[in-house]
Amino acid sequence: MSKLRQQVLVLYLADSALDSGVVGWSLYDGTGGTAPITGDDNTPPYPTGLDALKDGWRVFQFPQLIPPYPGLEYSTSFLKHEFIFERLGEINA
Amino acid sequence: MLDRANLLTSKQMASFVTDGFLRFDALVPDELNQAAMRELDGGLRGAPYGTPFSKLYPSPSVMGQILRSPAIQGIISSLVGPDPLFDHHAVHTRAANETQSQHLHGDAVIDTRMHFDIQLMYYPHDIPLEMGGTVLVPGSHFRRINESDIGRYQNMRGQIAMVCKAGTILALHHGIWHCGRRNQTDRIRYMYKIRLNPTVRQLKLWNTDDLHDPEIGQILSQRQPWYEWATGRLEIMNRSKMWRFLTGDESYDTDYWLKRVENTPEHVLASAE
Repeated sequence: MSKLRQQVLVLYLADSALDSGVVGWSLYDGTGGTAPITGDDNTPPYPTGLDALKDGWRVFQFPQLIPPYPGLEYSTSFLKHEFIFERLGEINA
Repeated sequence: MLDRANLLTSKQMASFVTDGFLRFDALVPDELNQAAMRELDGGLRGAPYGTPFSKLYPSPSVMGQILRSPAIQGIISSLVGPDPLFDHHAVHTRAANETQSQHLHGDAVIDTRMHFDIQLMYYPHDIPLEMGGTVLVPGSHFRRINESDIGRYQNMRGQIAMVCKAGTILALHHGIWHCGRRNQTDRIRYMYKIRLNPTVRQLKLWNTDDLHDPEIGQILSQRQPWYEWATGRLEIMNRSKMWRFLTGDESYDTDYWLKRVENTPEHVLASAE
């Protein structure tokens, strides 16, 4: 069985461009090597989404640009610019 | 009768509108904190939803004594009026040596009112960083989300971990995003929480002597580090709407964001007729 596992990095960016600044982030590590959890890190892993690419992460989902629903143009909800990256890491076992 | 000196100022109210919370460090004296720890450990007497706050925790009760102290009564009166309704309370504990945090969430359910409930969080003992502390996301209270639907957000720029001295009180807007951060010490962490519902229109309930202080506009226009560029502008508009609601001044605006999109003239020039 392969020793490679998926690591998933989610970056929330300041606008819809991949090279805009990181405002939020989450990491899920299928190798089990790290176990990031909520509220544990005050420093973004990368300044921008593009910096994650430069470090070897592969982006596999861009957020769609969806017009606001009529009547909800001024309401705020979830973070809009959610970019999802992956890379493969080796498990220790 | 509550002394006006105990009410919040307009600048504090503006901070509440901007951040969704106010923080009062070491507000409760230590002898009461120690007595509260014993009372919280022994279990608090509950009350039905909708009980008037004035009827809650009849004497002798340490929590009653704390919540009815002039300083805390002033906070409550400024935000939800002098005798709000008791919604619910809880003593939240985090076990020692945890490996997991709670997921980020808003309490109760999606709640789109301009009227707002408050939650008071009380920390009866010191909370060092390794003990976790509640995580808050300042300025998240206008976001229309339902409870733990935001659980995938692990970290946000500008998030705050409540590291504080014993006796610290947080007053939160009902919509604020928060969670219990993991406790990596060998001691249990305690936090008491109570939710209160207003019974009066939340209109100029605080000490309005500084209502026209120019600093208020600056407070209401501060960006949060996690705001996206475009949506952050909508948050400034949300604050202006709330400030209008709280002050009754329907002409209030910060940086012209609301007035620009409210400008829909209907006056027809004679030359067009």
